[in-house]
Amino acid sequence: MIRHVVVALLVALLGIAFWTLTAGYLPDAELNRTAAYYAAHAQDEVGAPNIVTGIIVTWRGLDTLGEVTVLFLTSAVIALVLTQSKTPAGATGAGFLPSGELLTTGTRMIVPLIVLLGAYVIMNGHLTPGGGFQGGAILASGALLTLLAEPTRRFGHSVIARVESASGLTYVLVGLAGMMIAGGFLDNGILPLGRFGAMLSAGAIPLISVLIGLKVGAEFSSILESLHETEDA
Amino acid sequence: MSVLMLGLAIALALSMVAAAAVALITRSTVIAVLAAGLVSLFASIFFVVLAAPDVAMTEAAIGSGLTTFLFFFTMGRIRREGGK
Repeated sequence: MIRHVVVALLVALLGIAFWTLTAGYLPDAELNRTAAYYAAHAQDEVGAPNIVTGIIVTWRGLDTLGEVTVLFLTSAVIALVLTQSKTPAGATGAGFLPSGELLTTGTRMIVPLIVLLGAYVIMNGHLTPGGGFQGGAILASGALLTLLAEPTRRFGHSVIARVESASGLTYVLVGLAGMMIAGGFLDNGILPLGRFGAMLSAGAIPLISVLIGLKVGAEFSSILESLHETEDA
Repeated sequence: MSVLMLGLAIALALSMVAAAAVALITRSTVIAVLAAGLVSLFASIFFVVLAAPDVAMTEAAIGSGLTTFLFFFTMGRIRREGGK
């Protein structure tokens, strides 16, 4: 009884807190100074029609690097914890149930399209909504579908790890090159801005998008892979 | 925001709350997982309505795609190895 009262009290407190947060909310009539600067200078400084990607890859590039690092730490910790209960060699795929005709055939048709969509979202990150992070997640969902349809299949751990570390290293190197050549860390001015709205434009943004996409895709895939290959001892 | 958009936003918000309630109340794990995925799906449509397609993409791919699949994946493993 007293537990229910406490829970109800806590929920009520939470409700009051949210109410006070939202009750006095008024949408801003104009952009604040930082946002106004970003909106005004996205075309001439970054050259990306999609301002959101322009901001998170260049001006806020360090935040994105931090985000990707957090994801890397997560996948590393999951791999570290789960290697304790690794599948014994030779026992792979023994107790798996077959995944069914529908899933297998559907996967064979859909996975190439998913991977293509992921590549499209990554490559067009500076032109249309999307970017490295979104595209990487789409790539990883393709990998997940493959794992679901063929439970006995094994991806190459070393390939995923190499793709992951190579793209991470190049990402940081591109950032440092921005410090040397252009205006600062992860400045996209190390490559020419090009024609506004073209596929290969906006300086280093497509390059950085590809690197982020590969890194995020590899990290998610390695998390799924670790979860998949673990057996209860 | 026009009246139509406002109505759509309110309908989406109510459906999100309803799906979340279903996920909490139902006794079946499968329905709970699907309802939780539905919350994410409605949220991603909501983000599109609120003119944030980038966020919507992340929400649809991770929240409603990867997470839901991961739940089913885990449930399949529990079913497979729980019988041992």
